[in-house]
Amino acid sequence: MSKSDPNAPKRLALIASKGTLDWAYPPFILASAAGAMGWEVGIFFTFYGLPLLKSDLHMQVSPLGNPAMPMKMPFGPEGFQNIVWPMPNILMANVPGFEAMATSLMKQTFKNKGVASIEELRDMCVDLDVRMIGCQMTMDVFGFKREEFIKECEVGGAAMFLEYAADADVQLFI
Amino acid sequence: MTDVIKEDQVLDCSGMLCPMPVVKTSKAMKEMQSGQVLKMVATDPGAPPDMEAWSRQTGNELLRSMTEGGKFIFYLKKK
Repeated sequence: MSKSDPNAPKRLALIASKGTLDWAYPPFILASAAGAMGWEVGIFFTFYGLPLLKSDLHMQVSPLGNPAMPMKMPFGPEGFQNIVWPMPNILMANVPGFEAMATSLMKQTFKNKGVASIEELRDMCVDLDVRMIGCQMTMDVFGFKREEFIKECEVGGAAMFLEYAADADVQLFI
Repeated sequence: MTDVIKEDQVLDCSGMLCPMPVVKTSKAMKEMQSGQVLKMVATDPGAPPDMEAWSRQTGNELLRSMTEGGKFIFYLKKK
């Protein structure tokens, strides 16, 4: 209990609400960094963020919905890699497999640059005793079963998370 | 000339980006004894401010932070 005990570690409470590959990063990065600083961390995975707790992860990135996303190639000479390719919406919306391609390019770029994968970051969070709470209501709405999720996560609701967040020093919605 | 700091352990985080250097450092420090010194090497330009914050938050003293041949080198003493 952060508030009652002055010697208690700092606490971070996060809400992870987005399930695309790009937005899967911030909660796991912040949680593992805070855990590494000795903070207590809890993440509430709700709505599209909930699938980030599944045993099998299948995140994609959606360039169509993110106009500021730079489209770059993760291979070839440096000058080629630095080109930002113009991708009109009409192309991104109509070319079959465009998101799959963008996803594999982003994964390759992140790997080349030395960014850990979501699977690795999540494993680190487990090692650092980060509390990961899956939203029960989202499970019911989307028809997910408890067995589809990693065994390390808990299942709870809004009140459970709010009670935890009330004693947190930092609370963020992602 | 600055004094030479004798490290007990070396951790190479070259090529890794945030938050890996911080997480790996924390993991390595957990295995060490109080008073021992960890030398951590990183190439992430975000590492210097991150390691300063990590040191303040965890109480493990950052004895020295320096740049050498494009690498960032940190000496951290376990509290």
